[in-house]
Amino acid sequence: MTYLGMPTAPAGVGQLRGTESFPAAAETALANGQLRRNLANATSTIRAKRAAVVSEVPDWQQLRAAAAAIKDDVLANLDSYLVQLEARVTEQGGVVHWARDATEANRIVTELVAATGAREVVKVKSMATQEIGLNQALEEAGILAYETDLAELIVQLGDDRPSHILVPAIHRNRTEIRDIFLAEMAGVHPGLTDDPPALAEAARTYLRQKFLTAKVAISGANFAIADTGTLMVVESEGNGRMCLTLPRTLITVMGIEKLLPTFSDLEVFLQLLPRSSTGERMNPYTSMWTGVHPGDGPQEFHLVLLDNGRTATLADDRGRAALRCIRCSACLNVCPVYERTGGHAYGSVYPGPIGAVLSPQLTGVADNPSLPFASTLCGACYDVCPVAIDIPSMLVHLRGRVNADKAAGHRLPVPEAAGMAAASWAMRGRRRWAWLLRAARLGRWARLARLSRSRTARRLLPPPLSSWTRSRDLPEPPAQTFRDWWAEQR
Amino acid sequence: MTARDEVLGRIRSALGDGPSRPAAGAVVRQYRRAGAAAAEEFPAGSRSDLVELLVDRLVDYRASVSRTSPDGVAGVLGRRLAEHGIGSALVPDGFPQQWLADSAVERHSDEALTPAQLDRIDGVLCTCRLAIAETGTIVLDSGPGQGRRAVSLVPDYLLIVLEAGQVVAGVPEAVAQLDPTRPLTWISGPSATSDIELNRVEGVHGPRTLDVILIEDAETPAAEVRDAQAPEAIA
Repeated sequence: MTYLGMPTAPAGVGQLRGTESFPAAAETALANGQLRRNLANATSTIRAKRAAVVSEVPDWQQLRAAAAAIKDDVLANLDSYLVQLEARVTEQGGVVHWARDATEANRIVTELVAATGAREVVKVKSMATQEIGLNQALEEAGILAYETDLAELIVQLGDDRPSHILVPAIHRNRTEIRDIFLAEMAGVHPGLTDDPPALAEAARTYLRQKFLTAKVAISGANFAIADTGTLMVVESEGNGRMCLTLPRTLITVMGIEKLLPTFSDLEVFLQLLPRSSTGERMNPYTSMWTGVHPGDGPQEFHLVLLDNGRTATLADDRGRAALRCIRCSACLNVCPVYERTGGHAYGSVYPGPIGAVLSPQLTGVADNPSLPFASTLCGACYDVCPVAIDIPSMLVHLRGRVNADKAAGHRLPVPEAAGMAAASWAMRGRRRWAWLLRAARLGRWARLARLSRSRTARRLLPPPLSSWTRSRDLPEPPAQTFRDWWAEQR
Repeated sequence: MTARDEVLGRIRSALGDGPSRPAAGAVVRQYRRAGAAAAEEFPAGSRSDLVELLVDRLVDYRASVSRTSPDGVAGVLGRRLAEHGIGSALVPDGFPQQWLADSAVERHSDEALTPAQLDRIDGVLCTCRLAIAETGTIVLDSGPGQGRRAVSLVPDYLLIVLEAGQVVAGVPEAVAQLDPTRPLTWISGPSATSDIELNRVEGVHGPRTLDVILIEDAETPAAEVRDAQAPEAIA
């Protein structure tokens, strides 16, 4: 397996691994009725909004196809596009840094902040910095990071973890948010209500002075344009513009896959991203900058290019397309599994269907073996994906990798492999298979015999197969097999 | 080995060097490209349809739009500022002074004001680079009359003057006209958030009020005519 040679995201830093498996974490989450109500409410709202604005675009499928092709071009030529981006950013007055992994990226950013003398930074919402655990690294260096996106602020103040790519506090409703603000937000008005405009106003007041006095900002990037060196951030609240415009120093941390070859490629992605993400025709604010603009915005600009398992993902040609992802979160909002368990059950900052294929590839499947199974393979995620990532097929491929990985670590075959080998043997012989199907009818008699003793016993298989029937009904074998019926009809 | 060399080396070994790698830039594009959207949906000569679409989209995202003739700008601008109680306004270099003829506001020019100084000004007036009808987006590129990026961000009230000739149909038309070496800000409605239960709420950190003055040619009806008709339409 070629991908074994490529370094993955290291353990012990950042947030790509959970403390328990998905099934265990999901069981806890499913017992939380409030969480399930909040998620059902939020995801149904956003699904309807997305569907309405996508239906306005007559060439949506052509845009998706072009977006997939553009991202595949980026991945197939990632080395040359990165070198091109580095040259353009440098020509325009920026400084480019390369980070093999989370630890190295955290060290680079911490040193850059320390060099300015600042003890506080303002942050724009960024998945990359969540992934590498940058806030914790800064804190260990005595630097306070203020999250300025409303949902990130809710998560930070609540000492919570993000549960959604776009809206990290999606698991909280307005009343819970009000309670967090009342308890944790310095200087908040004690009469704060749970009216959303009042909550937004409270965040505005709280962060205003931070924005006006901040010396250093840290951001992610939605896109970087290789042929111009242009960086771009889409947002809604204006917190992004504050961070990208007012401080003297700007540090942007970006995964190496977030490139687009040319500026004109934005004509595709700026149609797909807002409609897929927030269900808006366009998000309220989009900022683009190219290096340093004299007299306008930050006069010192650093770009940190992050690998952290992306090259390991690139090495698997059947998993590589996960790197097309533009972090819109449409797949989360349509996923029947995500809607019920929420994001925390996935353990990684990348939850939902895309997380189930991305997190195990960034960390190596051995560190996230349950995630490829956290899906019903219904395919809704593929339908809505603006860059047409075939998530269901990729999940099946990764399940295969997990099993191959398990098998490689065992001298004896694992139970699934033994079961599949037995089934394969039985199905290869016509007579063997016909005999087995007839034998299965005996199950009917066994059921009738048990019925008199216990009504529940009939649906349970003995261990270890009982783990399958614990939450599923065992189908009743038919009175006559199809083969016998067919023989009679002839 | 430097991190740069190591990451680039990993990419090359992940992809495998050789003839199997596709050439850069080979992408099939079958979506509507610049010009096509306008041709299909807005047949020749119907710039007014584009303008109507833009106004519809701007209003949908809670921006207020005042439509006027070139001669009516000063009057409309004065009224808008008065209605919002704007006592002081930042006026970037290059903003046409004649448009301020009917306004009583205290004017500030941007002499490298600090963020805190900008915060003490009630509002900002500016022109723009272009507007996108399909998405209700106005694009600033720090050109004449627009000021630097901080100027259109910190004051709580933003008024943008737009000419009908600056309206393009869709995103591809806009991207084709923009210069990526300039700092670009795309604005679609006032500051907003969807972070509370995924419902859109207007007004967070950016300007909480977005007013647009749209200058139309003589053949399109002037604002005064429309204002006069509005109460009848409601009745």
